[in-house]
This record gives sequence, C-alpha cells and structure tokens, in this order.
Amino acid sequence: MGLRYVQPAPGFKEYLPKDYVDLIDFGPFGKEVDVQHLGDFKEILEEHPMCAGCWMAYFVRVFYASLPNPEDTIVLGTAGCARLALSQAAVPFIYGNYGDTNAVASGLTRALKIRFPDKTKDVVVVAGDGGLMDIGFSMTMHSWFRKEKFTTIMVDNEVYGNTGGQESGMSPKGVQLKMAPKGKKFEKIPATELAKQAGCVYVVKLSPTSVKRTAKVIRRAILAARHFGPTFIHAYTSCNIEYSIPTEEVLKDAREREKKDFGFEEYMTDEVREFFEEIEKKKEVKK
Amino acid sequence: MQDKKITTGPAGYMPNPAVFMGVELPPEGKALLYGEIVDEEVAMREAAKAMLTRKNPTIFPGPQVLWNWKDDVAEKAQAILELASEIPNCRIIPMPDYRPKYPKIDPEAEINPNHPNLTILHNKIEACIFVGVHCHYANLSLRMIRAGTNCFTIALCAFMGHEEAMASLRDVHADDIRRFKDVLVQVRNELGIEWTPKPPPRNPSLPKEEWEALNPYEYGEYMHLIIPRRGEENVTETE
Repeated sequence: MGLRYVQPAPGFKEYLPKDYVDLIDFGPFGKEVDVQHLGDFKEILEEHPMCAGCWMAYFVRVFYASLPNPEDTIVLGTAGCARLALSQAAVPFIYGNYGDTNAVASGLTRALKIRFPDKTKDVVVVAGDGGLMDIGFSMTMHSWFRKEKFTTIMVDNEVYGNTGGQESGMSPKGVQLKMAPKGKKFEKIPATELAKQAGCVYVVKLSPTSVKRTAKVIRRAILAARHFGPTFIHAYTSCNIEYSIPTEEVLKDAREREKKDFGFEEYMTDEVREFFEEIEKKKEVKK
Repeated sequence: MQDKKITTGPAGYMPNPAVFMGVELPPEGKALLYGEIVDEEVAMREAAKAMLTRKNPTIFPGPQVLWNWKDDVAEKAQAILELASEIPNCRIIPMPDYRPKYPKIDPEAEINPNHPNLTILHNKIEACIFVGVHCHYANLSLRMIRAGTNCFTIALCAFMGHEEAMASLRDVHADDIRRFKDVLVQVRNELGIEWTPKPPPRNPSLPKEEWEALNPYEYGEYMHLIIPRRGEENVTETE
C-alpha cells in the first residue's frame, strides 16, 4: 500500500524475478497509464486461470488497467469466477466469505480513513451476481444504506458458473441452465434501480464493449466514492461455458446484449456531476 | 541438547504443529533451537553450522525486506546481502509477495508461501533462512517445509520467533543480522572452510545482457529511438 511498497530495497532489485522487475520499470504504479495502450506497459494482471474466451477475465484486465491509483487500492472479492483472476494481480486482494464483501469493505474503508487520514486509499469490491445480489444481498444493500464510501462492481455472468450452472437472481427470466432445467420463473433483479434507491451516488449499467468507456466509468466510480458515497457498476460479463457461447462469438454476444437489455445507463447525483465537470474543466485547462 | 522436538523433515503429511508438541516461543534475549529455549549464541552457532555444511544454502527474503516500504529497510537489506556473501555458494530466492501464481511459480526464481516445498525440492535446498516474511505466512511455510522436505529452517524474525523452525531468533534487526554474520564467519573459520566473500548470483529469471540479441521492444521507453514514431525521422548518422 503506497508507492514505496513497489520500490525494491537497495541491492535487492537484481534478486527479484523478472515479472516484478518489469512491474517496477514498466508497470502502472505512480504513473497515469492510458487503458487504450494496453500491451505497451506491464499490466497488474497478466496470467490468470479463467476459461478461454471468458468475458469476465477481459473485464478484470480492463478494470486493473483503469485504476486511478493502483498503488493505493485494495480489491475485495468473494467466491466465484472473478476472484480467480483478481487474487493473482499485483494489488492487495482480500477474499471475503461468501456474501460479506461489502461488510468487510465497510470496515476496511473506515479503518483506512483512521490509519491514513492524510492519504487517499481506494477500496473496490469486485464480485459476482451471486456474491452481491443473492447471498450477499443484505450486506450489499446495508453498505449502501449506510453511505459507505467505496465502489462496488458486479460482474454479472447471470449464473453460478463456478459450481456447475445454477440459476442466480440475475439470470434472465425463462433461461434454462444445466443445474436449473425447469427454467427461471422470475425476472432479473433490478440491481441498478435498487442501488439508486439505496443511495448510491453514481450508478452505471453497461456491457463492456468499449474499452475507453469502461475505463472511464471505473475511474469515475472510484473518484466519486472517495468524496461522496457508495458507487455501483453493473457489468455484463457473460459465462461462455454455461451459456454455450462459442469463444469467437463472445464479443458479438456482448454487443447483442448491449442492444437488447444491457444498454449503457449512467446515473449520478448533482454534486457528483458538478465534481466531474470541474475535473474535466481542469483537464482542458491543462491541455 | 537433550530433547530435539523440532527436527528436519520430512515429518510426513499434516505433521503435528510445534505448539501441540509443547514448543513455546522464547522470551526476550533467548532463541529456539530444535524447539528448546536456548541462548542466542547457541542457536546462532548451530544455524551457522547448518548454512555452512548442508547442501545448497539459500536465503529467502520476504516482502518486509525486499521492498523499500520504510526507512530502516535499507540497512536490514544491506545486512542480509553481507550475510549472504559470507556463506559459501549461497543463493537468494525471494518471496516478493504471497499471491497465488498461475499456472505455477518458477521455482528457480522465487518461493511462494502456499507451496514452498516446490522451490526447496526443485533446488535441493537443505538449509535456508527466512527473513522479512510476515509471521503468519512464515509459520505456514515453515510447517510445510518441515512436513515435506529435509531442509534445516532458520527464522530471523523481527518479532517473537517461529516455533516451526529448527532454529529461530527473535527481535532480529540489522545489527543482529550482522552479529549472526560474525558468528557465521567464526564458525566457518573453525570448520576450516575457505571462502572469499562475494555476492550471490542474480535471479536466473532476469535476462542476460546480450546486446546483439536484444529486441527493440526491450529498450522500453527508449524504443522510439530505434523505431521512430509516425512523422519522426530516424537517426541514422551521428557526428
């Protein structure tokens, strides 16, 4: 935590493995990297054990490249696919018990405020639809009611993909899954509507087909959470295994869902809007 | 030494934890040797003997000494490098962090607390020093090493020590590491081992500097001097 944690002690650089030396020399720590230049810098996450063609793995990669302050960020996750990649990144990761990520993140955010009152520390929860909207529903909602200042990102693959394909609250109505052959009987939980009602100051629903827009949304959510309150991103990250999407058609599927029911929606409170406008004005003045 | 409670392994799958065998952490000014509380000097001499006489001695520095996260790290890191240079054919294999690695670690380049036995068995290490590893991960690793390998483990702990190690020193900071180095040199002379101090070899995963075989991309931020950006002219001649 902090830039000094990614600088080697004197004399030890030549004893570190190559991937750490690359992170020191070409990584994103202490710099502003442009997510569109992925591949030109050493990424926080490179190798991961996710399935071939996993859209969630792509999202996690973009997520890490979009962090405004990676050296001062802590990521929380829970049981599910995303944590397989999240835990391998060069950013501190906390593995919550299933469903308690937002409760842990609440305590962590408060503790960091007390421990480092003069520093900016970002806490981000990245969990699946099961972790946030099913099993972790109450703790997610209560963290929003309490206006806890951290970002929650739901990587929604619409299924319990890790355990063989049970339906989740976020599975679309009528869908038949391997472990739910009768078909789902009720609609998807309106997660973004719940977030707005519960007091999130910045809420986005998206299918991450555009790298630039996805990165912008993630940065905005983290910046807004620093100052104003809880923020929430609902991202469609298909499970190509459980939904039998051919690997080469995963992007096509994401685009189709974007047209159908995952169109880009961005909500923010007035004060958050003013905050972003100010930031953009400052950027223009700099240019 | 009357009763060696904690000895080199392999102790077998899921060995009894040292605490279940009645091993207690030493009080200030004392150390642990084979699970018994002894004077620091005694533990240091035995640890030095192990590092000098057993095969492939290796130091495993952890994140607390590898990264420059606070002001006193530099001195401790320097003391560790001085110690390493005094041990004949010593290697340094780092534990930079504790994250799981996919598909697996390179056992010649690093050690991971979740499966430290891979590095120890691959490199046939029979004596090692843990330093700068956070205590909870050191305990986990030391027990796994005792379970599955014949490695003599030495813990140079900045806090209260580790009961799972064969030799464990507590409250170890830069000065104490240098004191251990002096004991080691003394034992080395007593054993008649001749050695000229020299730093251990660098990490084998780092590329060797073969300039002719370098790819332009390996020049990092200077790459554009070789491959010009659009609209820029390449420098072909110099005065």
